[in-house]
Amino acid sequence: MGISYRSWRVWQRNRDVFFKLWRSEVPGFFAEPLLILLAMGLGLGAYVTMEEGGRYIEFIAPGIVAGYAMSSASFECTYGSFVRMHYQKTYDAIIATPVNIEDVIAGDIFWGTTRSLLTACAVLAIASPFGLVGSWWALLVLPLVVLAGLMFSSLAMFYTSLSPSIYTFNYYFTLFITPMFFFSGVFFPLSAFPTIVQHLSWISPLTPVADLTRALMSGHPGEGTWWGLAIMVGITAVSFPLSLRTMRKRLLK
Amino acid sequence: MPIIRVRNAWKRFGPIVAVAGIDLDVDEGECFGLLGPNGAGKTSLIRMVIAASPLSGGSIWVDSSNVTKEPRHIKANIGVVPQEENLDPDLTVLQNLITFARYFDIPRTEAKKRALANLQLFELDGRQKAKVDELSGGMKRRLLIARALINQPRLLILDEPTVGLDPQAKHLVWQKLRSFKDQGVTLLLCTQNMEEAWYLCDRVAIMNEGKVIDTGQPQELLAKYGGKRVLEARPHPEARDFVLQELTQAGVEWQAVEDTLYIFQDSHQVLEGNLLEVLNVLSQHIPTLEDVFLRLTGRSLRE
Repeated sequence: MGISYRSWRVWQRNRDVFFKLWRSEVPGFFAEPLLILLAMGLGLGAYVTMEEGGRYIEFIAPGIVAGYAMSSASFECTYGSFVRMHYQKTYDAIIATPVNIEDVIAGDIFWGTTRSLLTACAVLAIASPFGLVGSWWALLVLPLVVLAGLMFSSLAMFYTSLSPSIYTFNYYFTLFITPMFFFSGVFFPLSAFPTIVQHLSWISPLTPVADLTRALMSGHPGEGTWWGLAIMVGITAVSFPLSLRTMRKRLLK
Repeated sequence: MPIIRVRNAWKRFGPIVAVAGIDLDVDEGECFGLLGPNGAGKTSLIRMVIAASPLSGGSIWVDSSNVTKEPRHIKANIGVVPQEENLDPDLTVLQNLITFARYFDIPRTEAKKRALANLQLFELDGRQKAKVDELSGGMKRRLLIARALINQPRLLILDEPTVGLDPQAKHLVWQKLRSFKDQGVTLLLCTQNMEEAWYLCDRVAIMNEGKVIDTGQPQELLAKYGGKRVLEARPHPEARDFVLQELTQAGVEWQAVEDTLYIFQDSHQVLEGNLLEVLNVLSQHIPTLEDVFLRLTGRSLRE
C-alpha cells in the first residue's frame, strides 16, 4: 500500500474540473488577494509610514502572496476535499479502481499545493507592474510557495480527516487561519508586537512563509530567517503522512 | 477454479457482527446472486470482496489473488456498480467515463473509444455533454454500469443495480447484464428483488444475519423450500392456538406475520377438514422465490 504515481490521476481529475469551472474560481482565489493588495496597499498605505522606510504596499505584497497561498491550499483541502469525500462520494468511486486511498488523499494535497502556486503566481504577476517585485530572487518564491502549499494542504487534510461535518471548518478558519493572517507578519511587522508575542508568532506556520517571501521579493535574501524552512519541512513531514493515515482510518471501514 | 473464493469471512463493526463466517464460491461465467433482507451483510460482504473494506477475519480470493495482499491488482480487473450513485458531478457524462478510464491507466484515445461505445450500449450517447445532475435516475444507473465496464472486467459486481428504476429501465439493465453473461463475464449480484434473481441468477445464496442460510439454483431452492403451494390464512384469534397446534402436529411449515399465517404446504401433506374450516384461507398461490426468501429469512421487519 502507500502512495504511488496514481495520485497524479487524482491531481489530473481536479485540474480538469478546475479548468472546466475556472470562472467560478476567479473571484475567491485571484480577485480577492488583488483587491486586498490594492485597497490596503494604496488606500491604507497612503497613511502609513514604515519605520524601516519603503512603501507600505511593498511590505504587504509578499505577505499577501504568502497569506493567500495559505488560504488557497486550506480551502481546497477542507471544503473542497470534504465535499468530494462526503457529499459527492468521489473518493469512494475512485478507490474502487487501482487508485488507493493514499493516492486519492495525496492527489488532493498536491492539488491544494498547485492552487497555492497558482494564487501566488497571480499575485506576483499583478504586483510586478507596480514595481513590487524587486529582484530575480523573487523567482525562488515559487518553490517556497510549493513547500508552503504542501504544508498547509497537509494540515488542512488532517483536520478534514477528523471533521464530523462541513460546519466544523468554521473553527479551522476562525481559530487557525484568520489569526495567522494577523500574527504572522502579513499586514504589519512582527516588531509592532511586544517581544513575547514576537516569539509566539513563530508558532504560526505562516510566519516563516511570509518572512522568506518578503526577503526574496525585496531582493535581500540575507534578511530572511532561513531556519524557518526547517519549521516548514518539519510540519509537512509530520502532517502529510499523518493525514494519509487518519484518512485511511476514516474511509476504509 | 472459482473466480471468487470466500473462506470463513468475518466483518465486525465494533460490537456489531455484519458478516459471521461466510464460505462462498462463485464460478467463472455464472451469475451469482446474494439475496437477503436489509442488514443481512450482503453489502459488507461485497465491500470486502472488492477490497473496499478490510476483513475482520478469514480470507477472500478474487481470481486467485488475495484481497488483503493484492487489492490494486484485483481492483484493476473487476467492475463495481455501487448501490449508492457516486458519479462525478463536476464532470460531464463523457468526461465521467474518460476520467474513470484514466484511473486504470487506459490511454486517452482508447478511453474515448470505449467510453463512446459504452454510452451507445446503454443508450446514453445523446447525453455525452450533459451534467450528471441533469440525468434521470435510470440514466444515472446505466451510466454507473457503463462506467464499471470501462476496464473491460471479467468480473462485474453489482449492488442492487435496479433499485428505484422504472420497469422499462429495469428490463434494459437486465437485458444488458444477460448479454454480458453470454459474453463470459461473471456477475456477482446483490439484490432484494426476487424477480431479478429469478431472471438473472444461475445460483443464489440466501443470507440472513451475517450468514449464508443456503445456496443453490433458484429452482432447486424453490423445490426444496417452496413446497406445493403457499396458503395465506387469517384464522379467528380464538382459533389461532388450535390452528398452530394442528399445523405443528401435521409437520407443516408456517410463518406468522401479525394475524396472518403463511403456510407452506408440501405435496404429501394434507390439511384436515376441521383445520381448514377455522383456517380462513384468504388466498393460495404457487410458491415463488420470494416465498422461499421469506421462509428462510423470516417476515419480521428489518432495520
